[in-house]
Amino acid sequence: MFVRFGNFGSFVPLLVQNGQQQQQRGMATLKSISMRLKSVKNIQKITQSMKMVSAAKYARAERDLKAVRPIGDGATQFYEKAEIQPVQDIPQKLVIAISSDRGLCGAVHTSVARYIRGELAKDDQNIKVVCVGDKSRAILQRLYGKTIIMACNEIGRLPPTFIDASKLADAILKSEYKFSAGQIVYNKFRSVVSYNTSILPVFSLASVTAAPKLSVYDSLDDEVIQSYLEFSLASLLFYAMKEGACSEQSSRMTAMDNASKNAGEMIDKLTLTFNRTRQAVITRELIEIISGASAL
Amino acid sequence: MAAIRSMSRLLFSRSLQTTARRGYADQMNFTFAAGNQVFYNAMSVKQVDVPSFSGSFGILPAHVPTLAVLKPGVVTVYEDSGKVNKIFVSSGTVTINDDSSVQILAEEAHPVENLDVNAARDILTKAQSQLSSAGTDQARAEAAIAIEVGEALVKAAE
Repeated sequence: MFVRFGNFGSFVPLLVQNGQQQQQRGMATLKSISMRLKSVKNIQKITQSMKMVSAAKYARAERDLKAVRPIGDGATQFYEKAEIQPVQDIPQKLVIAISSDRGLCGAVHTSVARYIRGELAKDDQNIKVVCVGDKSRAILQRLYGKTIIMACNEIGRLPPTFIDASKLADAILKSEYKFSAGQIVYNKFRSVVSYNTSILPVFSLASVTAAPKLSVYDSLDDEVIQSYLEFSLASLLFYAMKEGACSEQSSRMTAMDNASKNAGEMIDKLTLTFNRTRQAVITRELIEIISGASAL
Repeated sequence: MAAIRSMSRLLFSRSLQTTARRGYADQMNFTFAAGNQVFYNAMSVKQVDVPSFSGSFGILPAHVPTLAVLKPGVVTVYEDSGKVNKIFVSSGTVTINDDSSVQILAEEAHPVENLDVNAARDILTKAQSQLSSAGTDQARAEAAIAIEVGEALVKAAE
């Protein structure tokens, strides 16, 4: 009984407060609308400048990407022409997720992570993941934290360089993880408004030496193939990072453009309600004065 | 009318295919890309000389397929027009496939005429002092590689 009374007691002032708010609505919302208007305007300024920044970065990334495409094509040619397949008796696979540290760029990072999640859902025992960039790690670590063997950050602030790629390749080779084949999951840049989440194949020495077509190639020993594969891993990573950076910047550009447009729409609507409310307040005050004067 | 059009398209596409195939047989499909610049992209050239760890060798069209790892040195490209292009490479790979396509992927490459002898000598002496001050095995190996590149640079620049 007491408890109920206590509950009721605390409920009453709440109701009263609500009533007071209702009475002051016109004045309070005028203030709150102007505050909201200001904050939306600030947001629009931020998104607009982010768009400008990523437009400049995108222009550079696209120029770089044009120069890097032959490297990526060249590095994949050997795998295609020698028809290399992963060996069956080593089921371990490696997946390298190419993303970056920064968000606010549409679905660039989620689409990479979604692809990897799909792969892991099929088989999470034999696949290990290397996360390049904080975003893919943040998405994947909650469900598949145990499969991540390596993660690196500080990606995306500056354009990726060949040295970054070789450091990463070196770290992957030093990780002592034995795999027969791998995939580099990245966003392939198509145009300013579109990219494809694609994969690049990576193979280990065992898979390459087991390929039936390798006998066509002349004068090879394991050492040559090993160093060839190491360099080719670095160039593939470099290429994938460049593609990823370009898609990210272009996608951020469109995302920020949309955000600025939406903020503009919101500003228009808010200005309209602000003006209307102000007019309503003025009218009400006038009515109060006039009716007060006529009552005398 | 439609039949004629489709036939002409058929003939046209076939003639395109045959020229493409003939192009591959006695020509080299040469790609030379570096981290900083692309020199050739699927172009036809007469001959390419490359320095590799298993010895320097020349590549002519229809070379036997092979893989090789580049040594620091000068890649010489003999273009179809007769022009000879010399390019210094630090490291990289050479792939020759059975369809006569050749890919050279280098970490960094520059035309030889852009190299400066004095700057190259500076790099070499710096690398030598690096070797003498190196403490660990890894640092020593890194310095040895730097000296190798430096020596090749000086040789190429002279």
